[in-house]
Amino acid sequence: MTLMERMTMTDQPLLRVEGLTKRYGQRIGCADVSFDLYPGEVLGIVGESGSGKSTLLSCLAGHQRPDLGRIAYDGRDVLAMSETERRRLSRTDWAYVHQNPRDGLRMGVSAGGNVGERLMAVGARHYGDIRGKAADWLGRVEIAADRIDDRPSAFSGGMQQRLQIARNLVTGPRLVFMDEPTGGLDVSVQARLLDLLRGLVRDLGLSVIIVTHDLAVVRLLAHRLMVMKSGRVVEQGLTDQVLDDPQHAYTQLLVSSVLQV
Amino acid sequence: MIRIENLSKSFTLHNQGGAVIPVMAGAALTVGPGECVGLTGQSGAGKSTLMRMVYGNYLAAGGRLMVGDLDVATAEPRQIIALRRQTLGYVSQFLRVVPRVPTLEVVAEPLLALGTPADQARERAASLLRRLNIPERLWSLSPTTFSGGEQQRVNIARGFAHAYPALLLDEPTASLDAANREVVLSLIEEAKARGAAILGIFHDEAARARVCDRLVDVTEFTPKAAA
Amino acid sequence: MTDQAYNFAYLDEQTKRMIRRAILKGIAVPGYQVPFASREMPMPYGWGTGGVQVTAACLVPEDRLKVIDQGADDTTNAVSIRRFFQRTAGVATTEATAEATVIQTRHRIPETPLKAGQILVYQVPIPEPLRFLEPRETETRKMHELEEYGLMHVKLYEDIARHGQIATSYAYPVKVEGRYVMDPSPIPKFDNPKLGNNPAIQLFGAGREQRIYALPPWSRVESLDFDDHPFEASKAAHDCDLCGAGHSYLDEVITDDAGGRMFVCSDTDFCAGRRAKGHRGRLSSEGVAPPPHPSPTRGEGGASLDAMVHVNDPLASSPPRGEGMGVGGADPEGTA
Ligand SMILES: Nc1ncnc2c1ncn2[C@@H]1O[C@H](COP(=O)(O)OP(=O)(O)OP(=O)(O)O)[C@@H](O)[C@H]1O
Ligand SMILES: Nc1ncnc2c1ncn2[C@@H]1O[C@H](COP(=O)(O)OP(=O)(O)O)[C@@H](O)[C@H]1O
Ligand SMILES: [Mg+2]
Ligand SMILES: [Mg+2]
Ligand SMILES: [Zn+2]
Repeated sequence: MTLMERMTMTDQPLLRVEGLTKRYGQRIGCADVSFDLYPGEVLGIVGESGSGKSTLLSCLAGHQRPDLGRIAYDGRDVLAMSETERRRLSRTDWAYVHQNPRDGLRMGVSAGGNVGERLMAVGARHYGDIRGKAADWLGRVEIAADRIDDRPSAFSGGMQQRLQIARNLVTGPRLVFMDEPTGGLDVSVQARLLDLLRGLVRDLGLSVIIVTHDLAVVRLLAHRLMVMKSGRVVEQGLTDQVLDDPQHAYTQLLVSSVLQV
Repeated sequence: MIRIENLSKSFTLHNQGGAVIPVMAGAALTVGPGECVGLTGQSGAGKSTLMRMVYGNYLAAGGRLMVGDLDVATAEPRQIIALRRQTLGYVSQFLRVVPRVPTLEVVAEPLLALGTPADQARERAASLLRRLNIPERLWSLSPTTFSGGEQQRVNIARGFAHAYPALLLDEPTASLDAANREVVLSLIEEAKARGAAILGIFHDEAARARVCDRLVDVTEFTPKAAA
Repeated sequence: MTDQAYNFAYLDEQTKRMIRRAILKGIAVPGYQVPFASREMPMPYGWGTGGVQVTAACLVPEDRLKVIDQGADDTTNAVSIRRFFQRTAGVATTEATAEATVIQTRHRIPETPLKAGQILVYQVPIPEPLRFLEPRETETRKMHELEEYGLMHVKLYEDIARHGQIATSYAYPVKVEGRYVMDPSPIPKFDNPKLGNNPAIQLFGAGREQRIYALPPWSRVESLDFDDHPFEASKAAHDCDLCGAGHSYLDEVITDDAGGRMFVCSDTDFCAGRRAKGHRGRLSSEGVAPPPHPSPTRGEGGASLDAMVHVNDPLASSPPRGEGMGVGGADPEGTA
């Protein structure tokens, strides 16, 4: 069996979410969200602005505590973990790519230092090795090796986003959260990023949860799609099935309001 | 390999007054290994719809839709993903790819997704592109800027890269010249020879006659009320 | 001339008890920053009110107090603090490291090895070693709690990437007993090896930041580093021009307008002690009485001391931080 077959045939979901609910006072952030994510799978989350996508993602990533529901990661109850355990997970097994690279990078630290931080956080103590790994990852995200000592503030938006991805993936996480990773980038830069992400998902067997409002992005990147409206999941399924044969009125509207995805 | 029983399909247009359009009822057919079955029927009869349901791209409303031992009509998304990766290939009418990705990579991708070593995958992709007369100077470019016929051939190369046990072909020869059509037909014959079950839509009578073992007219499956 | 208007050592007994509790907690959890309610002292924060409060809480009438500033006993800062405790506690004072029971220090550890029973009190401007990397206090506290210290190495990484070596030469971060990362106050990294395995008790007081932390005797203290860029307690490649010491920490002193300069021990007591035993350096001619320890810039307190170039760190990109600014009104929060 190939690696990929083994990954797709595993019967254990990497992430199992049940009845996740988060309220902001009277307002619903997200309500009763359930899904399973398997190793090697990319799950897209779409929905109009304010539909609860970011709320859901931040609850999943442990940035916010949901009011109700269960999250199991690799069979472990995430909400019952101590903060130490959860933070250790988010330094090793998990990664979070922010919509705004400034939120996910240390702007005062060089590109190499940004990439190396997670390595040092898990105990890497050999400067040469750390720098070698950082250079390797900069290469993978197509940032020239001679920029390794430059600060991200000297990078374009697309480069910053790629740097953020390198910084997140260097420790070989198994689960990556992405909130609008291609937002604010022009189309050709988006395309490069998509290509990069697809390659990484394929080569590293990553599981990804990606929030976006761009249906073209999810069509190319996500295996499965979840459509949210007013905090609830109104439809989920295979990405191309949801986009080509949408069942819910809201999804039909969403799809028809976008030209040819 | 493919067994369809009592399959039905309708579309509900929520944003057009909730209109329900029944497009298929009681559909049934089988395709055995090494066999090629052609779908016929006038435009709009439901050929592509049926094929898309087999691929899991459209949801079935009812019935059974077996590919190997998986019922696509009721399968979980991830089972369909695995099916598409390993078992069921699909050459659609249009090529849909990530912009900027070189043609060679586009064609090699189904193999890479299966974990085939990169050089092996690219070698196979190159041989298919060569056979389909895509000039080598185009291989490093994205197919997004190619002509319709070139895109179609890239799409075919991609569909034939992995030796799927079952294949869906939606008008694979539509916009091809005689020489390239010949290549595609021989690819289909080779696939049959290795035991692939093929469900195809061919508007070209000669092509149909040459590769199809049986024909199924989907007009038979048109719901009575709508007919 | 003890001033009867004050309680012994200025602070009231209740405050001293509160500070002693913080000190004991600090000793019990080496390297952990214990919050305490810092009191106003009759001097600006920049003068080391944290250290002064810790000293006040430690002193007993039998103590012999030494106060040094960058190694010297004769700067305004050191003299004032020494005089303060003479007046408020009536304790004996000394300049001899070996004779002192309590030593309050700013930016140095004496060259003469400390002994069991001695207490070394450091004045600390910024107790939080993570501060410059992560300004949020809630976050740094969490990082200590969860031992998330990767960021400290990011700083060292940046040093090497930029300068080819770890350029941090003051306040060089250490890990205590394999647990807490600690700022040793702006001592030169030359002094770092003396932090560990030291028979004396070492106490650190930050007045403005209201933190006390401690190293009990014989603590295990490691300076952070990389396997391939190990920590080095570097010093100037010179001997002391007065006493000829080859392995003491040196100040560079400008001697005239023509660019003349000399290197002298920053520890005045150590230097004088060596000269008294007959050791001589390059600029003290045989038989002639040695010149007094030159301290042309010391009379002004900390600020000008910081301005002196420490030759052992030609790459230092930032001056020692914090307290050096604190002469009188120079410290914006000095009287807050
Ligand atoms: N996504 C959809 N939503 C609504 N109706 C659809 C959708 N896809 C197909 N249909 C309808 O289903 C019927 C069958 O269409 P289909 O595309 O399967 O025809 P076809 O037989 O492939 O035709 P052609 O030969 O022109 O390609 C048509 O009435 C079509 O309008
Ligand atoms: N911190 C917050 N406090 C109060 N309401 C919030 C907060 N964050 C989000 N919301 C509300 O929750 C709902 C979902 O928001 P969000 O998750 O940001 O949506 P999305 O990411 O899909 O645009 C919206 O009604 C939003 O106004
Ligand atoms: Mg959002
Ligand atoms: Mg069709
Ligand atoms: Zn000397």
